[in-house]
Amino acid sequence: MPHGNLVSLTQMRPGQSGVVVRIQGGFGLVDRLNALGVIPGKRIAKISSMIARGPVTVEIDRAQVAIGFGMANRIIVELD
Amino acid sequence: MRKILLVGNPNVGKSVIFSRLTGVRTTVSNYPGTTISYTRGFLKLGEEKVEVIDVPGTYTLEPTTEAEEIALQMLETGDIVINVVNATNLERSLYLSLQLLEREIPVVVALNLWDDARHRGINVDLERLRESLGVPVIPTIAITGEGIKELVENIPKATSPGTSARSRDHRWATIGGIIDQVQRVDHRHHTWLERLQDASVKPLTGGIIAVAVLVSAFLVIRFIGESLIGYVLDPLFNHLWAPVILSLSDLMGGSGFLHDVIVGKIAAGEVDFVESFGLLSSGLYVPFAMVLPYIISFYLVLGLLEDVGYLPRLAVLMDTIMHWLGLHGYAIIPTLLGLGCNVPAVMATRILESKRERFIASTLVSIAVPCAALQAMIFGLVGERGGQYVVVVYGTLFVAWVILGIILHHLVKGFSPELLIEIPPYRLPPWRIVLQKMWMRIYGFLAEAIPIILGAILLINVLYFFGVFEAIADFTAPVVTGLLGLPREAIISLVIGFLRKDVALGMLAPLPLSATQLVVASVVLAMLFPCIATFVVLLRELGVVNMFKSAGVMISAALVTGGILNLIL
Repeated sequence: MPHGNLVSLTQMRPGQSGVVVRIQGGFGLVDRLNALGVIPGKRIAKISSMIARGPVTVEIDRAQVAIGFGMANRIIVELD
Repeated sequence: MRKILLVGNPNVGKSVIFSRLTGVRTTVSNYPGTTISYTRGFLKLGEEKVEVIDVPGTYTLEPTTEAEEIALQMLETGDIVINVVNATNLERSLYLSLQLLEREIPVVVALNLWDDARHRGINVDLERLRESLGVPVIPTIAITGEGIKELVENIPKATSPGTSARSRDHRWATIGGIIDQVQRVDHRHHTWLERLQDASVKPLTGGIIAVAVLVSAFLVIRFIGESLIGYVLDPLFNHLWAPVILSLSDLMGGSGFLHDVIVGKIAAGEVDFVESFGLLSSGLYVPFAMVLPYIISFYLVLGLLEDVGYLPRLAVLMDTIMHWLGLHGYAIIPTLLGLGCNVPAVMATRILESKRERFIASTLVSIAVPCAALQAMIFGLVGERGGQYVVVVYGTLFVAWVILGIILHHLVKGFSPELLIEIPPYRLPPWRIVLQKMWMRIYGFLAEAIPIILGAILLINVLYFFGVFEAIADFTAPVVTGLLGLPREAIISLVIGFLRKDVALGMLAPLPLSATQLVVASVVLAMLFPCIATFVVLLRELGVVNMFKSAGVMISAALVTGGILNLIL
């Protein structure tokens, strides 16, 4: 059971970290994120987000990935 | 002949391993998507000659992008796979490895960036990794060549462990198991490079860094270009080549058609290398002394930015702005390439996912991004009249880029996909690789541009001789003089712009133009129509119908912009 702090990547603050719990999107989105290792169960840390609905940069498996705002909005993370 | 495929994620040094194996010089970059048009070469395996193919970087064999689609198709045709794995990020790389092992093709793993991994405190137990995967695993450091010999020796030992196909979750679970067994990461403090990395994708610090990087890039390009012209090429042409031209001119009688074609028009015993328009005068001076210096400095700086890994960060920063134009941040890469030459820029639009994006990006590049050759001439000729005029030319092109982008975004049906890219760590690129790539690009310029420049100058002389330009000038005078406020002779330059824009701008030099007229002419020349090389690539990339649409946008945009400039300046 997920408990407590469920937020989307865009709601996370830079510096916060947690675990990806789900991706709210179609197969296309899930496939593309899967290719970059963004999958449920992975630890994820937010590095930054650009102003004006810009992309979110995260660190996952020691690699950095930049994710467009709309996509980031659909990635749900349970905060530590 | 057997085919060996190099398969791996983007940014793991696959192309460097490729050039180590084959000795063929290929372009190696730090951003994903660079090898979407693949390269092939040959390797001697004992007595046998085998073909080596550098497959476009891919994260998965369940294709999600065009590049991955191509990678999958190429995999069907290969005999052996060298799977290049990133030792600093095994988790990510192994997903593709597991998929490869599920297929019936022998695999050998090159564990690249081995030194980098150790510096970052990542320890990999090679024996256990070999056991878990069931194939040879060879640690390599591609940029120094370490491990390449062992890799070649192990190609014949490549095997297919014949794992049955797994589900996605099963694969990730297997990877988790392997990682627990073979990898130990020592905790370590952030290095200054990593701090800089994080700072360059944050809004405030990232913005400051971007401005600093772009301004210094511009200053360095100008400094190197100007120095090469002022201290090397101008003296060479003026002191060594001019006397040769003058004696040749005497030898040929000082005038006549053949004389003008070969050495150009000589006035008062002096060679004007820009205005004379002979094959041996302007034909050599324009490409070598005006354009080449900027090509050298531009590609040196661009290559550094690419190989350091700065460009994906610029894509993140520019994402919001690029969305206004119906693109996403990644489109900044073809745009920057366009400042060197529009041909590779249009080709690089392939890294964008949709047809719509590729149409918008390549149309915008062709219209509003002047290539280095044209820019060199703008600096040379317009800059002579004062720096403010150069600013007006660039400012106009930039405004046109934004406005046209917004218009195209609303006119072209479809939506703009979102940015999703890996951001590679900053790396200090080895000079050998930076210089190699720069040389490849300079050679490409020389091989492509020199024949067209000489051909254009020959054609111009012939057309003048037969009075063809007079006819064209009469015919188009209403538009050129009426709308753009240019003398009717300027049309000749606009027509020649289809061949080479640098030569075309050079043709304006002898005309008695005011500074404003020169500004209008430069802008219209930049926007009106792509040069023939870009045209051919656009035709191939967009198809006939879209090329016509794109050309329609270009011509109307150029005439409207030129007309407005003529009115307000």
